[in-house]
Amino acid sequence: MRYLTPASFEDAVAMATGSDGVIRFLAGGTDVLVQMRADIVTPDTLIDVKKIDGVHDISRADDGSWTIGVASTGAEMTEHDGLGKDWPGVVEAMDLIGSTQVQGRATLTGNLCNASPAADSVPAMIAAGATVSVTGPDGTRTVAVEDIATGPGKTSLAQGELISSVNLPARGAGGGDAYLRFIPRTEMDIAVVGCAVNLRVDGDTITEARVSLGAVAPTALLVTDAATALIGSTLDDAALDALAAAASAACNPIDDKRGTIEFRTKIAGVLAKRAAKIAYDRARAQQ
Amino acid sequence: MALDGTKDTAFKYVGTTPERPDGFDKVTGRARFGADMIAPGMLFGSIVRSPHAHARIVKIDTSKAEALDGVKAVVTRADFSSALECKPGMDGEIWNTLENVMAGEKALYDGHAIAAVAATSNLIARDAAKLIEVEYEILPHVTDVDLAMADDAPVIREGVTDYSVPKGMHPNVVRCHDQGHGDVEAGFAEADLVIEDHFTTEATHQGYIEPNACVATLGADGKGEVWCSTQGHWNVQKVCAALLDLETSQLRVTASEIGGGFGGKTTVFVEPVALALSRKANKPVKMVMTRAEVFRATGPTASTSMDVKIGMKKDGTITAAKGVFRLQGGAFPGAPCEFTAMCAFAPYNLANVHQTGYDVMSNRPKQAAYRAPGSPMAAFAVESVIDELCNQLGLDPIDVRLKNASHEGTRASYGPKFERIGLVETLEEAKAHPHYSAPLAEGQGRGVSCGFWFNHGGETSVSMAMSEDGSAQIMVGTPDIGGSRASMALMAAEVLGIPYDTIRCTIADTASLGYNEISHGSRVTYASGLAVIKSANAIVKELCRRAAAKWDIDADAVIWEDGYAKPSGPNAGDFEPLHIAEITATMGATGGPINGHFEATPEGAGVSFATHIVDAEVDKETGATKVVRYTVVQDAGKAIHPTYVEGQYQGGAAQGIGWALNEEYIYGEDGRLQNAGFLDYRIPVASDLPMIDTVIVEVPNPGHPFGVRGVGETSICPPLAAIANAVSAAAGVRMRNLPMSPPRILAALDAKSG
Amino acid sequence: MSKIHVTTKINGDTVEFLCDPRETVLDVLRDRLGLTGAKEGCGTGDCGACSVTLDGRLVCSCLVLGAEADGKEIGTVEGIAQGEDLHPLQEKFIEYAALQCGICTPGILVAAKSLLEKNPDPTEEQVRYWLAGNLCRCTGYDKIIRAVMDTAADLREAS
Repeated sequence: MRYLTPASFEDAVAMATGSDGVIRFLAGGTDVLVQMRADIVTPDTLIDVKKIDGVHDISRADDGSWTIGVASTGAEMTEHDGLGKDWPGVVEAMDLIGSTQVQGRATLTGNLCNASPAADSVPAMIAAGATVSVTGPDGTRTVAVEDIATGPGKTSLAQGELISSVNLPARGAGGGDAYLRFIPRTEMDIAVVGCAVNLRVDGDTITEARVSLGAVAPTALLVTDAATALIGSTLDDAALDALAAAASAACNPIDDKRGTIEFRTKIAGVLAKRAAKIAYDRARAQQ
Repeated sequence: MALDGTKDTAFKYVGTTPERPDGFDKVTGRARFGADMIAPGMLFGSIVRSPHAHARIVKIDTSKAEALDGVKAVVTRADFSSALECKPGMDGEIWNTLENVMAGEKALYDGHAIAAVAATSNLIARDAAKLIEVEYEILPHVTDVDLAMADDAPVIREGVTDYSVPKGMHPNVVRCHDQGHGDVEAGFAEADLVIEDHFTTEATHQGYIEPNACVATLGADGKGEVWCSTQGHWNVQKVCAALLDLETSQLRVTASEIGGGFGGKTTVFVEPVALALSRKANKPVKMVMTRAEVFRATGPTASTSMDVKIGMKKDGTITAAKGVFRLQGGAFPGAPCEFTAMCAFAPYNLANVHQTGYDVMSNRPKQAAYRAPGSPMAAFAVESVIDELCNQLGLDPIDVRLKNASHEGTRASYGPKFERIGLVETLEEAKAHPHYSAPLAEGQGRGVSCGFWFNHGGETSVSMAMSEDGSAQIMVGTPDIGGSRASMALMAAEVLGIPYDTIRCTIADTASLGYNEISHGSRVTYASGLAVIKSANAIVKELCRRAAAKWDIDADAVIWEDGYAKPSGPNAGDFEPLHIAEITATMGATGGPINGHFEATPEGAGVSFATHIVDAEVDKETGATKVVRYTVVQDAGKAIHPTYVEGQYQGGAAQGIGWALNEEYIYGEDGRLQNAGFLDYRIPVASDLPMIDTVIVEVPNPGHPFGVRGVGETSICPPLAAIANAVSAAAGVRMRNLPMSPPRILAALDAKSG
Repeated sequence: MSKIHVTTKINGDTVEFLCDPRETVLDVLRDRLGLTGAKEGCGTGDCGACSVTLDGRLVCSCLVLGAEADGKEIGTVEGIAQGEDLHPLQEKFIEYAALQCGICTPGILVAAKSLLEKNPDPTEEQVRYWLAGNLCRCTGYDKIIRAVMDTAADLREAS
């Protein structure tokens, strides 16, 4: 295995396009190293992006939008002064991944590119309307987060392409987001179900909503029916029930060592309700 | 010295809580565990394992691995003893061990060792292992205990069923334990309420954090050394010698610090393989299992399928009890069906009782002991039924247990008459504990359970030596798995009358002390402790003799008090007391070194009982469970080091919480283990648990000079049932299958609500 | 396969080593540098026994490549005591019997020290969640949590 440390994303692209065999990009490494250890993947070339300028930065633009560097860790996101105020759901979702130790390494970008259906940060980013900048041989393009993963372990990134930043929209007034997951223990588990809700209110009425589910289908889902159930409501019981029903209806899960189809389908509805209540309270407090 | 049978025996050192001798090394990173040994020129070993649950090994091609630069040896079954024989039941245990550490004709479970390689680095060894090509003929497999007993189940191995199994059972049923007294059918007829129910538990792993590891060296001269993480190095010596056709005495085994065992390190896995590789390469070989290998190929506990029937009168009297316990222990005989059956009803004084246990083979790894092997599962089934009887009859669960509790003189469900035991005392302490009467919050339930374990004595040798300055050293042969070196030093201090800090206890290697059985059966503080006391007594006797010689009086006229030899009374003469250091300072000139030793197989290990109280909370929307309060009440006989006794109580409870709620071996349809890692084999993490309250009850064991009973294992017997009873109360539905994972709880709630 | 030359600081000392690109910091510490205080319990970031600090940040050394350590500072359990003086956490762990077998202890001490440096007055819940990635199979965590809480209280009092 070759270990390479490009100084720029352009270098990284050149290294990737110039290499044969299995190529992996290394950000936090909390998935790549595990896969190497378990002999699931042994890359021929490992390209460590952490020495590229600016990849550790978390910055807010004048319009209120956020850019998060690809090597920014969960711990750095949690410790950041402003990010969690604007996007508490995204930060909490990232913070739920693994232990304190894992938080010291793990990144949003890595969580996304690992393309696990159960990735915690991905539903939160999708609900937030996040995009990523993808740099490749043909330059840089912007892609919605929900369009990156195409199946378990698979992404839409072409050979030689890599994510060069994560972008969150401006929060704006009356907005709030939340992410909840279900795990059997209190920590250290992979989500059995994850649910993110991002909404905006005008007074008590929900005017915009995005709902995303994790671990209930081959990729994280953006559930428009669930959002529709919320929009126009004051999060009354009828809206919550409709939300739960829409969330459960969207599920297409599997039976595995972490949960059953029935369990995941039911919990998706429960978590959607609970996350919506938190997001709603946050949104109203942001007016 | 001798125990007078009361709680009031005055001890000076026993019962205090000094710092453990290995503490400093363990907090600074200096302590050397299995994988921490480095031998000059050593190689690294790696094992090739079967990906199939059941397959005939057609061909092993090692040529590509052997051709890899840095590879120094490759071994297969042909490199081990061919003199061992497969025999029925436990008679073939030594062959079973060989077959488990290196497969013969068939791979018997996912993870079964097929070949091994030694190379100059760990990475090369792993790369080489991937180059070994194995051709398999896949055979039908079975991993479930009930399915393994069914008529159409594939036979794991013909001819290993022993005499105890009733005719007509499937050949996978290899042993049976059937026992009881009275007339259970008549007993059930007397009952006002009879409940019969079916229970299952999944296999769980001991989950020690230190993977099995060793460094081994063996020459063509037949002499070898092993450094390894083990609960019993004489056993490693004996078994490895047999597996490699060596003379036992030619193999010297040193136990490293051990990073957890809980029964799982009572046998060998990598040690014989490392020796075989070393013999072939003529260099030391280090072998360290990966975590995945630990899960796939070392011994978990047995999984069970159990039926329990109990009859009770309206006043709470149990009229009869009957249980059938089926244990799956992997592809070899040895699931502890007899212990499950014998422990099941031991807490109760029963006129009519009958228990049957079956040892069943399946395509899973060879089970190993796990803390009170077999007992926790039995308690889960039995104590759940008792709880349900109490619920339906409107009786207090502790009162009912007190009414039926075994006590001194009770004929135990498994045969003998109990000597002095402390079950009633644990129940009374539990009943009086503030926990038992504390109000429960909405959504919470409370459960109680009793538990029982035999405890064990076992073959024991101890040697003790005085130094000229009056300090003492103790050599014991039982690896220290929970602070036992401190307890040994405390007991020696008590007898010798010298400060704890002046005594150093070492775990001797096999060349430095006589045979010692494994650290198992909660035997260490009892048996090694007893031998330490006897060794110290021998030293005291000699010290008195030296003082008597100096004073020119009868040895009988000298007594030993608080570190001094003193005349026994005015008639003995008027001499200044002689301090121990004054005697040892001149021991070379007064008769030679002053040592003590003791070797025996003590048989007075007192049985022990515990009662646990648990409060659990269930989220009825998700099935999530949280243990919110936990109290352990257990009889220790006499707590030599009470803080370490508490530690045993807390550790057993925590492991029980894991077993009850989330831990399980999950096999796929393909017979492969699905969760061979700490990510999905979910042992409790710090944020899962509450503080665990402990009450040490001390009902002295008449079989130990200070009254000690083993404490390590009994603490895991009640938790499964106590938690199941708490969760069932909180959820409003009886949970009969462990683990009570959220999907199972939610499914049970859904089934109840229809 | 060519090796990578790495210069790093470990417990304050400059250390150079050559490593295979696949080797982790844990492999390097244990197999190349003889620093066996960090333990391998899983190799996959699930147990925390290999916890070290990397530029002051708590990480699992099994999830960092040796090559990534170039130019960084690593702190291990071997660097916690100052000369012959144990750190208060180390003393308290012995005193409280916050260890039984001791295999998880190095990782827990590194993690707990890192917590107290960040948060000198943690709640019990904060300690439990901070240490959730450090598995202990012997103690049930009770005495570990008490030792950390009481060390924190002692340090606050002393400061």
